[in-house]
Amino acid sequence: MKHTFQQFFRSGKFVFGFSIFVAILLLTFIYPLIIPDPPLEIVAQGTFFEPGIYVSVYDSLGTTPHTLNLDGAAAKRIASKLNEEDRLAMKEWLVAAGIPENEIDTADTQKLLDLWMDNYDPTENIPGMTNARRNYFIRLNNSLKGLLSTEGAIIAEVNPETGTLEQVDVITQTDYVNINQVANVRVLPFGTDNFGRDVLTELVAATRVSLVIGFVSGTIATLIGLTLGLLAGYIGGVVDDIIMFFTNLFTVIPSFVLLILISFSIGQEQRGAVTIAVVIGLTSWFWTARAVRAQVISLRNRDHVNLSKLSGHSIVHIIITDILPYIASYVIMALILQISAGILAEAQLSILGLGPRTTVVPTLGLMMNWALIYQAQILGKWWAYLPVLVTIALITFSMNLMNTGLDQVFNPALRE
Amino acid sequence: MPDEKNLCLSGSGLTKVFGFGRQKCVAVDHVDFNFYEGEIVSIVGESGSGKTTLAKILLGLINPTEGEVYFQGTKRDIGTQKKKKEYWKSIQAIFQDPFSSYNIFNKIDAVLLDCIHMRGGRRLPRAEKVALMTEACSFVNLKFEELTNKYPFELSGGQMQRLMIARIFLLRPQILLADEPTSMIDACSRSTILGMLMNLHFETGMTLIFITHDIGLAYYVSDTIYIMEHGKFIESGTPDEVILHPKEAYTRRLINDVPKIHEEWDLSTV
Repeated sequence: MKHTFQQFFRSGKFVFGFSIFVAILLLTFIYPLIIPDPPLEIVAQGTFFEPGIYVSVYDSLGTTPHTLNLDGAAAKRIASKLNEEDRLAMKEWLVAAGIPENEIDTADTQKLLDLWMDNYDPTENIPGMTNARRNYFIRLNNSLKGLLSTEGAIIAEVNPETGTLEQVDVITQTDYVNINQVANVRVLPFGTDNFGRDVLTELVAATRVSLVIGFVSGTIATLIGLTLGLLAGYIGGVVDDIIMFFTNLFTVIPSFVLLILISFSIGQEQRGAVTIAVVIGLTSWFWTARAVRAQVISLRNRDHVNLSKLSGHSIVHIIITDILPYIASYVIMALILQISAGILAEAQLSILGLGPRTTVVPTLGLMMNWALIYQAQILGKWWAYLPVLVTIALITFSMNLMNTGLDQVFNPALRE
Repeated sequence: MPDEKNLCLSGSGLTKVFGFGRQKCVAVDHVDFNFYEGEIVSIVGESGSGKTTLAKILLGLINPTEGEVYFQGTKRDIGTQKKKKEYWKSIQAIFQDPFSSYNIFNKIDAVLLDCIHMRGGRRLPRAEKVALMTEACSFVNLKFEELTNKYPFELSGGQMQRLMIARIFLLRPQILLADEPTSMIDACSRSTILGMLMNLHFETGMTLIFITHDIGLAYYVSDTIYIMEHGKFIESGTPDEVILHPKEAYTRRLINDVPKIHEEWDLSTV
């Protein structure tokens, strides 16, 4: 047996799939040790904060500033303030004022500003322009002047005695704080979700719960399928007929419909992650049972089984020592596929709102359900669902890869 | 002569049908026979003539569709697992393909220990078990010390088949059913294995049912020969009767198919 396990790692596909899987598994265990926040804690007021590093503005003010003279800092500042709409408006005015269109590049902030400053005249009356539009250009011009000013921002506070504002500090444009000296910095690599929860922390917890669901449902499905397949295949006769009757019955009913009906009838309050896992396991054993039965039928008339019978071994002994080891490779592969199918089934179920009850644990499917309800895909908030999709895809991919690799190990005809 | 001997295994109207309807296939067709104790019986026939199916019926591995098997004069009763176990103490088999006869996950010790346990030696001290296994292995020219911790598939085909005989040596059944025990083995090992089977037969006096397609072999070893064609016994008798004075065309064909050294081999009938 030890020999077989060593063989697994001779297959490149298996090693690759296994590495991805172990990396995901390790991440789910190590991440909570580094960031022990509860995964469902609401940190942000508001929905869908963009991914990035969030620095406390209040704490940055109290931090000793350093002066850095950097070229192009002003241009960058303005560039970040000028949105696409303003740039197009500026271009529109400049074209109307007689500048050739091909000389204007809205992407080059510095050039655009220079052109604007040289040519804009608030008194100039461009034919066909409404008053409101003219006022808009005046406002735009004023705000650009403000952006171009080199004066710093003044911090003032109310003097409790006189009730007047008094200047306490001036922040010049060349003031920088070292991010390491700011007391409160929060990195949100995947931003926040619709409830204002850190998506990454949530994702790690969700991956772990989903993996547990996959393992529990996969193990249950494989065990049931294996037991029934062994009994039906080895004993045959009436036992086979009865087991195959039920197996065929369940195969004909789409198991996903069954899954929806069962989850619905359990009710929102009773649906925990484990309950869902058990339900998934109970509705996905049919193919395993059928396949195991087919394998056992081909095995039960082999000479080594006959010899074992002649040696007076009991049915249980023969099944365990003469049949099971021969189909073990198949069962391991079926188990891997069942686990990934379990994870997918949970995701499908949760997207429909029939997954584990919310507010207790996140799962990959629930995260997609939340993103869907709050229209993340329409609003373009990719960070709410894309990392989840990638995680699901990676888990299934790694498991399928492991499966193909094992197939190579067990089936010499497929070896490269 | 048969009257002086005790009936060991006999069958009346044994039939086995596989499938039904159009796919119906009669593997064994109303076969009657009487095997006597201490005899060497050969069942000769070409592939697909139903020899192995008959062997499995005799072993009790499959149930006949019709007919009865009589064991030592009485109707064989193997309805329960316990009775089957008891029956298998008296009848054992050697299969055709040594490579598929062993569970590849079991070591050689386990194979031989099973036999000792079956003969009621479960409580024997370890040293005595080892002594028994060593004796069995030396009977078939194998060294037990070299085989411990080895798997059967690490042996050659001939060694595996010899280990099979060692198994029988430990089990000492009254009947041994050898289903083409030498067809997968080269000619040199074949004579060794046949010799061992004969030794075992003479030492224990067991009934040997020899299933083979090799009519020449059957002629030299057996007391009685049964010729099987399409699931029926078409001819039976002593080797001299059957081989030297064959009555049926099929038997003549079988005899002609044996290649002879220094003689033109007539391939037209093959």
